[in-house]
Amino acid sequence: MRAFTYERASSVEAAVGTAASNPHAKFIAGGTNLLDLMKLEIETPTHLIDVNGLGLDGIEETADGGLRIGALVRNTDLAANDRVRRDYGLLSRALVSGASGQLRNKATTAGNLLQRTRCPYFYDPMQPCNKRNPGSGCSAIGGFSRQHGVIGTSDACIATHPSDMAIALSALEATVETVKGDGARRSIPIGDFHRLPGDSPHIETVLEHGEFITAVLLPPPLGGKHIYRKVRDRASYAFALVSVGVVIQPDGSGRFAVGGVAHKPWRVETAEAELHKGAKAAVAVAFSDSRPTDQNRYKLDLVERTLAAVIEDARG
Amino acid sequence: MFHKTAVSFKVNGEVCDLEIDNRTSLLDALREHLHLTGTKKGCDHGQCGACTVIVEGRRINACLTLAVMHGGDEILTIEGLGQPGHLHPMQQAFIDCDAFQCGYCTPGQICSSVAVLEEIKANVPSHVTQDLTEQTAVTAAEIRERMSGNICRCGAYSNIIDAVMEVAGAPL
Repeated sequence: MRAFTYERASSVEAAVGTAASNPHAKFIAGGTNLLDLMKLEIETPTHLIDVNGLGLDGIEETADGGLRIGALVRNTDLAANDRVRRDYGLLSRALVSGASGQLRNKATTAGNLLQRTRCPYFYDPMQPCNKRNPGSGCSAIGGFSRQHGVIGTSDACIATHPSDMAIALSALEATVETVKGDGARRSIPIGDFHRLPGDSPHIETVLEHGEFITAVLLPPPLGGKHIYRKVRDRASYAFALVSVGVVIQPDGSGRFAVGGVAHKPWRVETAEAELHKGAKAAVAVAFSDSRPTDQNRYKLDLVERTLAAVIEDARG
Repeated sequence: MFHKTAVSFKVNGEVCDLEIDNRTSLLDALREHLHLTGTKKGCDHGQCGACTVIVEGRRINACLTLAVMHGGDEILTIEGLGQPGHLHPMQQAFIDCDAFQCGYCTPGQICSSVAVLEEIKANVPSHVTQDLTEQTAVTAAEIRERMSGNICRCGAYSNIIDAVMEVAGAPL
C-alpha cells in the first residue's frame, strides 16, 4: 500500500473543502472496498479523509412520507430498520443478499453505491484494463467473460456494477443527495448516478472530484410485493451472476431492475409496461440492445427465468 | 508529510496508545504492535473471516479497516473472550463439538459466532429470514447463512453449527 496522510473530518464542509483542494484525496467511510483496492495499489490516494465521525447515520421520515437515509448508515442497520423492512422490503432483501455479516457491519449506504467492479481483470494489476489504466485495453473482451456485462457495454469495458443495494434503490427510484466542494448541493436520481462505460470506463458515476454523498432519499412506499432474487455460484457470500429486484402490484403491473448484467443497475421503464404480459415480453424490451459474449449469453435466459420465477412468487 | 497518527483504543478492556503508520490495518496493529496473535491473518482481503474481531459490539474484518480509524473504540478479540480456565461458552462449545481441525480459522469463527447470536437477538434479518416483520429465530439455516463470511478449509462447518446451536440453546 502506498503511504498517505490521514485526517478525521470535523464537518461535512471541512471534508469537502479539503477534498476539493487535493486531487489525490479520497473520503473513507467503511473502507471495505477502498482499503482492499489500496492494498493492491489499484487505488492510490495520497490523503484520506475519514468521514466516520460526521453523524449522517440516521434514518428519518421525510415530509412526503418517504425516508431519508444518512450516507453513513451501515448496510446492517439499513436492512434491519423497521420502516425499511415494512415498507421497502426489496431494499432489506437486497442488502442481506450482499457480502458477509462482517462486511455489512462496516459498509455504508454511500460507500455501497461507490464500490468498484469485481471484474477479475480490474483486480489483477498485471492485466490490461481500461478501467484501472485507461487506454491499456480490456482483457475481459476475448477473455473469460462468464461474469461480465451483457448490455450497455462498450468496446472499452464489459464490467458490471456489483451492488445488490443499488438494484433495489433503482426499482424504488431513490435519489442521491450530494454536496460539492463549493458548497453547492444537488439531488441525483439513482438512474442517472452510475454511468455506462463508453470510452471512459474509469469514470463510474456522475460525481465530481470532492463531491460528497450526504444521504439517499426514498419516495413514499409503493406497496405491492417486494422480491429480490439473486442467482449466484454459491448460496451465500458471492456476487450475482444475475439478480432481479421487483415491486409487483396486485394487478400485475410493477417495476423491475436487474443486476449483474451492466455497468449500472439495469432498469428500463418501457419494459415495465410489458410486465403484465410476463417475463419474456418484459425482458425482450429491457434487453433488446444486448450484446453478450459467447461466454455470458446464458445471462439473458437466466434473467428471463429469474423474472418469471419472481412474478410467479409475487402471485403466490 | 505525516504518515503516522496517534490513536487510542481499548483492546479487551485495556487502553492502548499507539502512534502508527496510517497504513496499518487493525489486524496488523493487534498482531504486530500489541502482540495479540490470536486474531489470524488469512487472505487479508476480507474474504476468509479469520481476522474477525468484535468492535463496539459488532463483528468486522480487522484486515479491512485502518487502526487509526478506531480512536475511542472498544475492541474484543479471542484473547478477551476467554482464557484457559475461564473459557467463553462458545470456546467451550467449539471444543465439545470438535468444531475445528487445524484451528487457524477458529478464533475468527468463534468471534463471529458470538456476534451472530447477538445479531439474531437484536433481530437483524439475514438472506434466509422468512418473514422480515417477525422476530428472527436461531435455526441451523440462519447460522449457516450468517457464518458464510468465515471460511474453514478443513470443512468443520457442520460441527461449527452444532457448537453455535448448543450455545444458543436451540434444538438441533
